[in-house]
Amino acid sequence: MRVNFTVNGRRQEADDVWEGESLLYVLRERLGLPGSKNACEQGECGSCTVRLDGVPVCSCLVAAGQVEGREVVTVEGLADFARQREQGSCASGACGTSLQDAQSWSAAPRDGVTDSQTGEGTELSPIQQAFIDAGAVQCGFCTPGLLVAADEMLERTPSPSDEDIREALSGNLCRCTGYEKILDAVRLAAARQERKEEAV
Amino acid sequence: MATTGTPTNLTQKTRGGIGESTLRPDGTLKVTGEFAYSSDMWHEDMLWGQILRSTVAHAEIVSIDTSEALAQAGVYAVLTYEDLPTEVKNYGLEIQDTPVLANGVVRHHGEPVALVAADHPETARRAAAKIRVEYRELPVVTDEASATAPDAPLLHPGRDDHHAGHVPHPNIVHRQPIVRGNADEAAGRADVIVSGEYVFGMQDQAFLGPESGLAVPAEDGGVDLYVATQWLHSDLRQIAPVLGLPEDKVRMTLSGVGGAFGGREDLSMQIHACLLALRTGKPVKIVYNRFESFFGHVHRHPAKLWYEHGATSDGKITHMKCRIVLDGGAYASASPAVVGNASSLSVGPYVIDDVDIEAIALYTNNPPCGAMRGFGAVQACFAYEAQMDKLAKALDMDPVEFRQLNAMEQGTLLPTGQAVDSPAPVAELLRRVKARPLPPERQWETTEGADVRALPGGLSNTTHGEGVVRGVGYAVGIKNVGFSEGFDDYSTAKVRMEVIAGEPVATVHTAMAEVGQGGVTVHAQIARTELGVSQVTISPADTQVGSAGSTSASRQTYVTGGAVRNSCELVREKVLEIGRRRFGSYHPAWATAELLLESGKVVTDGGEVLADLVDVLEGEAVEIEAEWRHRPTQAFDLRTGQGNGHVQYSFAAHRAVVEVDTELGLVKVIELSCAQDVGKALNPLSVIGQIQGGTTQGLGMAVMEEIIVDPKTAKVRNPSFTDYLIPTILDTPTIPVDVLELADDHAPYGLRGVGEAPTLSSTPAVLAAIRNATGLELNRTPVRPEHLTGT
Repeated sequence: MRVNFTVNGRRQEADDVWEGESLLYVLRERLGLPGSKNACEQGECGSCTVRLDGVPVCSCLVAAGQVEGREVVTVEGLADFARQREQGSCASGACGTSLQDAQSWSAAPRDGVTDSQTGEGTELSPIQQAFIDAGAVQCGFCTPGLLVAADEMLERTPSPSDEDIREALSGNLCRCTGYEKILDAVRLAAARQERKEEAV
Repeated sequence: MATTGTPTNLTQKTRGGIGESTLRPDGTLKVTGEFAYSSDMWHEDMLWGQILRSTVAHAEIVSIDTSEALAQAGVYAVLTYEDLPTEVKNYGLEIQDTPVLANGVVRHHGEPVALVAADHPETARRAAAKIRVEYRELPVVTDEASATAPDAPLLHPGRDDHHAGHVPHPNIVHRQPIVRGNADEAAGRADVIVSGEYVFGMQDQAFLGPESGLAVPAEDGGVDLYVATQWLHSDLRQIAPVLGLPEDKVRMTLSGVGGAFGGREDLSMQIHACLLALRTGKPVKIVYNRFESFFGHVHRHPAKLWYEHGATSDGKITHMKCRIVLDGGAYASASPAVVGNASSLSVGPYVIDDVDIEAIALYTNNPPCGAMRGFGAVQACFAYEAQMDKLAKALDMDPVEFRQLNAMEQGTLLPTGQAVDSPAPVAELLRRVKARPLPPERQWETTEGADVRALPGGLSNTTHGEGVVRGVGYAVGIKNVGFSEGFDDYSTAKVRMEVIAGEPVATVHTAMAEVGQGGVTVHAQIARTELGVSQVTISPADTQVGSAGSTSASRQTYVTGGAVRNSCELVREKVLEIGRRRFGSYHPAWATAELLLESGKVVTDGGEVLADLVDVLEGEAVEIEAEWRHRPTQAFDLRTGQGNGHVQYSFAAHRAVVEVDTELGLVKVIELSCAQDVGKALNPLSVIGQIQGGTTQGLGMAVMEEIIVDPKTAKVRNPSFTDYLIPTILDTPTIPVDVLELADDHAPYGLRGVGEAPTLSSTPAVLAAIRNATGLELNRTPVRPEHLTGT
């Protein structure tokens, strides 16, 4: 079957999709977006978390056909998504991309000075930057799902308590960090956001 | 050339060197989703491989019919044992006893029997399901009694490995006794004697990135293999003979590794993908799902441990006797080395002169067990720390003071006769975790009321504090660092220095497997410190450079870090030689002073700048590839266990604070603090991350994690994250960390391997806290609700 949907603000068309394929498989193997991870493929680990019409879901549990006509945001689009939210063009996460943005959207950085080895120079969302700064990334396999989930939580709850963070991220397994640095990262992103708003 | 003639003082040290919490070079790629893990590999025209695994634990294969599978549209190949191309049909880390594909018999549940390559993963899965395998089931052996019974079926009849000659039964992989002093005689001096039998469940590494990779057949008849592993060169040594290819035609590149923790020391899909690629002439990708991953790698050895300790009334331990039985499962994997660790570290970080120790690993029909973080020392620590609490209780002493009274120090002899010749701050680590203020008690009774998320049962809302009791427990452990028992544990590093775009740049190339631990961060820091450059490029790890050994045994920062430092020193000498040749006549210090490289300049040890590296290196590149070795070790004597078998030790202590809902048997760990000596923290942020991560895996082992194997059928009952639970962020408490830096003068920069020690003492500390809370004996880990409620 053919599935038409929007991924990170871009219209996508996936052909020859077998009915049993998950959204995760289509993203990873058909659309060249392997950022969403495949740690359990049974909805237990959260590493494949994406936003579907704004709602965080395990993309391994979403049949590809279910996303027909809908909007998906993956970790690859998180920086753009956060920037648009910042600019007020989309608060709910389901508004899509403006025509102008859609035409200029590119997975590669705009300024072309990215270091291909390290990715340095890439525009990052606040939560992505906080994960790096706080040491919340080790093997990194849980990171994409955690970023999408944490970003969504901060959208709803800009000043979360530790218990709020733990509850919101309880569907995302991490085996490397013991979660302490992940908590640090979310607190850091929240604090930076607060400081920024105070400045405004 | 102004800089060469007029020395100036250096004002800025090279930034980003050792000791700083520099950020990961792969961090940006990992947060943007662009980092290429082994399961992300893609190639035009690639096929998907699928493995058919045995549905029974022990059986003869009467027949295999692949015709229906082969007839499926989209299927390109189906391979069985008969299709293996050479006489080499087994592999293994130390003993080559593991069949690439089953040869007429399967010895454990989930053993690979056949391979399929197809154009879609689902087509491959469905085709594999159409392979008809007829099994004739055989009796299973699942524990010591059944494995060593007179009529026990032998797992590997006719085995001729180098342990076969000294084991008391062919179903025992390896046996290591250690005898020192006279335990029986010393027992006579004891005022109290305590003993216990302890049971340690089977833990899974549960790394999140599944076993996966891509094999691409090459025009020269060889194969390019992109995989996630812990040791490229060890893989290569095992893969090439099975394929019938020389090692230089199997070119391995490390893909992104989604965690390892020991579970990637053994091969998984490597040979299978290569066989399918070479047979079909097409690239083949294999990705396990989580169900298969539970069958696709070895686990931590479950163990039964019997211990006896005695002590005098003044609190000095008189003696220790122990017997440790590790279940190695169907194939040897790392079992012999795990036995060596369990036996030689069975005393723990204590002074005990009179000991009688025996450790064995069994061959059974249970899932194969091998390396996991802590490697034999974990099981022993669980048991000896329970014994320490029992002794303290029998003597009516404080459990921490009792441990401190018997704590090992620098100079203490291990039961193997080897002296611990670097700082061993065991008593101090315990002091530090004990001195930490305790978290407030019964917070739910304050006016704010209960936040159920902080209580046992959490959001299940099972208690608001009623039936909840608190306990506090302590534990401390000792782990060896590096490969032991005479193993030639070297690493290789290639370092290049040149001027690129007007800047001096160092390139570090090793085969070290970055599995998440941050070795790539540390290598760049070492290069900056040694070569005084700010730009360091870390080349991808592959087999085009010499072996870096395994990312195991807490060894990579020590050994490959040592190799990087050594190669940097050799490069520096060459650079200074060039400098002397070009500019030596401008300043006498070139000949007389100790010269360093700092901030892109050649400087004297007094800080005088002699030249810019850009000028020294103009038009020249310096490159060195060299091996580096730590101090050699010795094998343990097979009868007495004596020998200088270890390289270095790592110590950590934990204090656990738990709250237990005694009615439902639910445990909430409130805080799990750790103190660890790391010698020198090359990257403090990463060191703390290692300690917190290791601590959490120990917490999982205490209250959640166990692979359940049916004792009648030897089949695995819970191969999924639905049924095998690892700690979530809700299960994991605050983990305050106290880092000591007492240098080990034998190691580069004085550092100690960090990764494993925190996994040892975490589990027994939680168990001790639960015992303290409930008064129950609890000789088994993990603790399940029924152990606490007695129902």
